[in-house]
Parts: sequence; structure tokens; C-alpha cells
Amino acid sequence: MQIYLPIAEVSVNALLLLGLGGVVGILSGMFGVGGGFLMTPLLFFIGIPPTIAVATEANQIVASSVSGALAHFRRRSLDILMGLILVAGGVIGAAIGVQVFALLKAAGQVDTLVRIGYVVLLGIIGSLMLIESVRAIRRTHQDSTPLRKLHQHNWIHGLPFKIKFRSSGLYISAIPPLLIGAMVGVLAAIMGVGGGFIMVPAMIYILGMPTKVVIGTSLFQITFVTAFTTVLHATTNQTVDIALAFLLFLGGVVGAQIGARLGVKLPAEQLRVFLAIIVIGVCGKLAMDLLLQPSELYSLGDRL
Amino acid sequence: MRIGLTPILLCMAMASATPTVGEEIISALSQNRISITANFDGSEIFIYGAVKREAPVVDGDLGIIITVVGPFEPTLVRRKDRIFGIWVNANAFNIDTAPTFYAIASSAPLKEILHESESVRNQIPIEEKIEAASSAESQSFVSALVRIREKQGLYSELPDMVDLRSDTLFGTHIALPANLVEGEYTATVYVTRDGTIVDKQESKIDVQKVGLERWIYTLAHQQPLAYGLLAVLLATFTGWAASVVFRRI
Repeated sequence: MQIYLPIAEVSVNALLLLGLGGVVGILSGMFGVGGGFLMTPLLFFIGIPPTIAVATEANQIVASSVSGALAHFRRRSLDILMGLILVAGGVIGAAIGVQVFALLKAAGQVDTLVRIGYVVLLGIIGSLMLIESVRAIRRTHQDSTPLRKLHQHNWIHGLPFKIKFRSSGLYISAIPPLLIGAMVGVLAAIMGVGGGFIMVPAMIYILGMPTKVVIGTSLFQITFVTAFTTVLHATTNQTVDIALAFLLFLGGVVGAQIGARLGVKLPAEQLRVFLAIIVIGVCGKLAMDLLLQPSELYSLGDRL
Repeated sequence: MRIGLTPILLCMAMASATPTVGEEIISALSQNRISITANFDGSEIFIYGAVKREAPVVDGDLGIIITVVGPFEPTLVRRKDRIFGIWVNANAFNIDTAPTFYAIASSAPLKEILHESESVRNQIPIEEKIEAASSAESQSFVSALVRIREKQGLYSELPDMVDLRSDTLFGTHIALPANLVEGEYTATVYVTRDGTIVDKQESKIDVQKVGLERWIYTLAHQQPLAYGLLAVLLATFTGWAASVVFRRI
């Protein structure tokens, strides 16, 4: 069943889009990752122009993170003040990111730079995941976990503009969360990812937030920042395809439910190795596309 | 009967053996409106007609050429080069104007039914339709444009694809791919005698997005803020609705 995407102006198989949404949804349900970092490169592979893929993926992430954010809000398992500061940073980052994206688009460099960005990003995530999960598998055999200090005082505590974050039990400067939020905002705008995979470790290791509020706060930030990014891409670049986002989301939401149920039954560590291999595979394919001489050296620019 | 008439017919033919030999085209299209809908997957138009003669058939090779040309647009062509081991868009060349679609079908290979000079004068070959500042480099960019659009099914040359019967009736199918640009398309039918164009007839085809496709496209380009907010609203609603539905299951 072919469907003509009104903004991308290409005709693709609707079942392929639903299936893609479903597969990425299953993975995100199993591992609790957003899936944007897999979906965007997969959209490149099926022939969606990168400019459209990135902006549309931001829109899809709004849909997939809003329900999680709501659930955490109901359970009060998020730090709203911290979330708002992260959102403020994210909005600034996204605004910069969308402008950079528009400049790259005009220069015809979006494709290459977004692909390079993904090779770096997926390369890092994939190898970290692989190392981490292999270590974890070994650890279960040895059964000895080194203790880590729960709360450390570091350079973060020397910065000005300190704020009391009650839900997190922290008294730290607003600058680091603002910067972390901004970095995630830039990534959302240029790469079409939610950025949870960077924000969550940053919140735990740099800010020292308690794990129980980290996921909720991260989803809170992602929902607002990707919503803002979507509007900005729509007004600046006109590259958000509602029909594409909707189909991906339909597949994704069903996939996520299946994934969440599968994830409970299957061995977590082995699954993590599996995801790491997928991530590294996608990274490898993107890298090959950049390094090997393409069969067609010429391309047509975006229509004005 | 036929034999008896021949001398008279010959006389008539010779009397009208001027460049315009009194052959006219009557042609029609199977549709003059293409609607791009949500499930648009390309289309096909059938162009058909007849050569009308007041006088009997004259000597000389008859040829039919049918072209369909889409809206013209300036186009930027980029070329990749290897920079630090990575293939990056390096050079760009602006083509002043080129048709977004061009198909040319003929009853025999083009060279056999149309003189070179006549062909250029009437801008029949695709290269003649593309306007670009000529330089040492431009040629490679122009031919890249043609090559890419041929691969996308937007440019095509279809020799022998016009079915010509008894030197009178003709017809051809032109495939329109899914990646059509909106706008006014022109179908032109030329009739040639011994390499010279004797008559031509143009008809218009309107290609338009319709329905939901039209609405989404117009909103996105004319009211981008409203469109962006709608996209967010739709995503928020579906996200919320999905969580409600799945909590029940």
C-alpha cells in the first residue's frame, strides 16, 4: 500500500513505515530508549530526505515521550524545577540548532554532516553499550560489585546561581543543567533525537540526581524540547511531515507495548549486546556510505 | 475505382505539395487533470489522435512525435568530492531553468523522422529545454541533471513508442511517476513529413495535490506556525490516547 507523503513529496509503502515504527518501538520498549537515534538513520536508508527525517522524527518523539512524561508526572517521580531549567536550556539549544540546520541546508551539507554526526554518536553509544553489557555479563559470574560513593562534591558545587532542587535533594548551580539542556536541544534540532541517552547519564553522574527522578525529568524535558523543535523546524525549514510522523508513531506505539512485555521475559544483558550490535551495524552502514565512492557523484539540490 | 482516381489524386497532391501539405492533427488526452492524492503512486496518460487530410496521402515519411513537458524550475546541481576521505558536496552549479518532467515519444527513432536543425529550432531534445550558462564545467552538470532525472523516471525518451496505424491513427502511453511536481504540463503532438514539422497541437494537463495532501501542503507552507502547532498537538494527543488505550489492555 503506497502512500504519498505530502511534505517529503515521495511515495513510500505505508506498511514499511508502520513496520519500521514497530521494530524501533519494540527496541525502545525493551530497553527503555527513545529510539530516535535508530529511527532517523533508518529513514535515510529508505529514501526519506535527511532534512525531512530529522524534523519529522522530532515530531514523532513528542508523541512517544508524552505518555511517559504524564505517567511520571502522576507518580510525582520527576523534578519539575530541574525539568524547567533543562527545558530552558533545551529551548536555547534547539533555537541555535535549527538555525545551524537551516544554514547547512542552504549550503547543501545537511546530509553529510548529519550522517557524520550519526556515525560518531552511534559509534560511541554502540561501543559503550557493548563494553558495559559484556562487563555486566562477566560481573554476574564473579558477583562482586565495587561500591561507589553516592554523593560526591565536585566542581559543580563551586558554580554560582545555586538553586535548591527539593525533589532531587540537591543544592547546585543552575548553570550545569542549563548547559546539559542546551546540548540536548542542539542534538534534537540537528539530529532528530530526544537525547535521553546523553541526558540520563549526565543527570546521574554530573548533577548527581537520584535515579528515581531521572527518567521522569528526562522525559519531561524531551517532550517540551522536541515540541519546540518541531514548531521551529516547521516555521524555519518547512520540513515536518505530519503524515510520516503519524504512521511511524502508530507502528511505534504498538511496538513499544510488545517490546515492554518481551523485555521482562528475555535476559536483559544478552538483549543489551543485541541492541549494541544493531547500533554498531547502523553506524557501520552510515560510515560506509560516507567513505565509499558513491555511484552517482551528482545530486539535485532542494527545490526552492 | 482506386486506379481510375489515381491521376486526379496525384494532381491534387502535387497542387498542394507546398511545405504545408494540408495535414492536420486532431488529438486528445485520456485525462487532462492528474490529482495527487494520499495513495498517489504515479499515473499514466494516453495521448491519441489522427492525422486529418483534406487531400489524399502524400509521399514522404510520416512521423509522429509526442512530448509532455512539466513546469520549468531553476535547479541546483551538486557534485561530491572526496575531502579528508569522506565524500562531501563540494561544487555546485545553478541551472537557470529545466523542466521538472520531460517525456518524448516518437513513431520511429527521432533522427529518422526529424531533421537536426528542425529538432533544435523546436527545442525537441531534452538538452535544448535546459538553460544554463555555458562553461567548461556546465556540460557535466547538465548531463548529470538529465541522468538523475532519467533514473527517477522524470525524463524519458521513448522511440518507437508511438503506435502509428495506416499513417493516420496514432496513440501512446506516457508514464507519470509518483514524484511529480505540481503545475501545468503541456502535451504536444508534432506530425512530420520527411523530417520537417508539418503541424503541431498542444494540450494542457493540470497536476495538482488534492484533498488532505493539498490541505497539509498548503498549511505547511503558508501557515507554518499553525502547522507546527498542529503537528505538536496531534503528536501530544496520539501519545496520550495511546497510553490510555494500552492501560486498559
